[in-house]
Amino acid sequence: MWADEAYRRLLGALALLVPVVAALVLYETARGAGPSLRVFGWGFLVSTDWDPVAERFGALPYLYGTLVSSAIAMALAVPFGIGSAVFLAELAPPRLGAVVSFVIDLLASIPSIVYGIWGLFVLAPWLRSAAEPWLTAHVGFLPLFQGFPFGIGMLNAGIVLAIMVVPTVVSISREILLATPRSLREAALALGSTRAEAIAVAVDAARPGILGAAILALGRALGETMAVTMVIGNTNRISASLLAPGATMASVIANEFAEATGKLYLSALVEIALVLFALTVVVNALARLLVVATTGGRRDVAGAA
Amino acid sequence: MTRAFDLFYGAHQALRSVTLEVPSNSVTAIIGPSGCGKSTLLRSFNRMNDLIPGVRTAGQVVVSGRDVYAPGTDVVELRRRVGMVFQRPNPFPKSIFENAAFGLRLLGIRDRGELEARVEQSLRRAALWDEVRDRLGRSALQLSGGQQQRLCIARCLAVEPEVVLMDEPAAALDPTATARIEELVLDLKKRYTIVIVTHNMQQAARISDRTAFMLMGALVEIGDTRRLFTSPREKLTEDYITGRFG
Repeated sequence: MWADEAYRRLLGALALLVPVVAALVLYETARGAGPSLRVFGWGFLVSTDWDPVAERFGALPYLYGTLVSSAIAMALAVPFGIGSAVFLAELAPPRLGAVVSFVIDLLASIPSIVYGIWGLFVLAPWLRSAAEPWLTAHVGFLPLFQGFPFGIGMLNAGIVLAIMVVPTVVSISREILLATPRSLREAALALGSTRAEAIAVAVDAARPGILGAAILALGRALGETMAVTMVIGNTNRISASLLAPGATMASVIANEFAEATGKLYLSALVEIALVLFALTVVVNALARLLVVATTGGRRDVAGAA
Repeated sequence: MTRAFDLFYGAHQALRSVTLEVPSNSVTAIIGPSGCGKSTLLRSFNRMNDLIPGVRTAGQVVVSGRDVYAPGTDVVELRRRVGMVFQRPNPFPKSIFENAAFGLRLLGIRDRGELEARVEQSLRRAALWDEVRDRLGRSALQLSGGQQQRLCIARCLAVEPEVVLMDEPAAALDPTATARIEELVLDLKKRYTIVIVTHNMQQAARISDRTAFMLMGALVEIGDTRRLFTSPREKLTEDYITGRFG
C-alpha cells in the first residue's frame, strides 16, 4: 500500500520536473532580459536599430530573419517531405521503403555544423554562379529575387534548413501513413476509387499527424543556430530580396554573445532569446489550434496532436 | 455467378473450382467454417483480392454477363457496379454527409442539390436518415458501431451498384444492431442483388433466399435456404449445420 503511494509520488515528481525546468529557463531568461526590457519596452520588437556602441537595440531584423528563413524551409520541406512519405508508405516496395527511410533518418542525425559547411562550400558557390543569376533573370520582376547574387543569404539559409528538417517531415508522416487503417483504403477502392484516390483518402485521414510532423519540423527550423549562422550572411538588415544576407535570432545570439561586454548589450541578446522562446511557444500553440480546427478535434488517427 | 473458379495465394489454393449462381434481387448467403474461402470468394466478385500480392486466378466470375477477370476489365468501373460492405464498420474520418457522398464525388457529381438528394436517398435506404438528418455535418466517427455500419451501407448504395457484397456485416455489432442490419438486408433485396458472407447459420437462415456451404475452398452444396437447412443433400453440410464440426 505504502509502496504504491511512494511509487505514485516518485513518478509524479519526475513528471513535474520537466515543466519545472521549462519554467526555470523562462524565469532566468526573463530575469536576464530585465534591463533591456525596462529600457526598450515593446519598441524592442519593432526597432531595426542594433548599435552596441550607442547601446540602442531593436530585434526586428532578427525576428524577420527567423520567420522568413523558416518560411522558406517549410515551403520547400513540407511538399517534398509529404511527397516522399506518401511514396515510401504507399507506393514503394516495402523493402525499398524501409531502406530509404533508414537513410533519411540518418540525415537527421548529421550534426548541424556539417550542414553549415556544406551550405558554405557547396551550396553557396552554386547559388552564386548558377541558381541566383537564373532567378534574377527569369523571376527578377518579383522583389523576392532581385539584387546581387551573394550565394550566402536568406535563400541559402532556407534551403539548408529545409534539408535539415525534411527527415522529420518524412519519417513522421510515413509512420502516420503506415498507421492509418488498411480498411480505409479498402473502403475507398471498393467504392470505385482509383489507386490515387484511395491514397488521397489515407493522406486525408493522416492529416492531423502530418500537420504535427510539419510543426515539429518548424520548431527545429526556428531554433536552428549553427548552420544558419554559417550561411545567412549576418547583417542586421531587412531586405525584400531572398538573395540578400540577413540574420536570425539564433544566429545573432551565437555571433555576438562572446563579444557582448556591456550589461545592456548582453541583456538585449538575452531578450532576443526570450522572444525566440515566446515565438516557438506561440507557433506551437497556433499549430495546435490549426490541427483542432481542421479536424474538429478528432483523435482517431495515430499521432494526432 | 462463377464458373469453375480457382484462386491461388502463391502456392496455396484458396478456391477450388467453385461454380455458383447468384440470382438477381435475392439474398445469397455463403456459410462455412473460418478459412473455408467464403470471404475470398466474395472478394472475387469485385476483384478486391487483386490487392494481395501473389494472387492468381483461373476460371470465370461473371457479373451481368461480363467476365470480371477478362483482360482489359476496368476494375474501377467494376467496383462501382459491385459495392462492398466490410466486416468492421470503416467510415472515413469525415462528416456523415461526406461519407455518403464519397462515391458520388468520385463519379464527378459536383452539383450540391443532386449530392444532397442522393445522400438523403441512400441514407433513407440504409435506414439511417431519421437518426442523422439533423447532424449530417458531424464526424461519422461519433456514431455508434451499428450506425457506422449502416452509414457504410448507405455509402455503398449511393452509387447505385447492381450487386452488394457483404462480408460478415454484423460480426462486430451487438444483437440489437445486428437485428437492424438483418432487417435492412431483407429490405434491400427488392432493389439489389446481395451476397452475404456469414459464419452465423441462424443469420443465414433468417435472411437469405439461397445458401451456399463451403469447406476448404470448395463449394459443397448450394440451394434454397430452407431446403439446405432442413434436408441437406450432402453429409458434410448436414454435419456442419447440426454443429458436428465448425
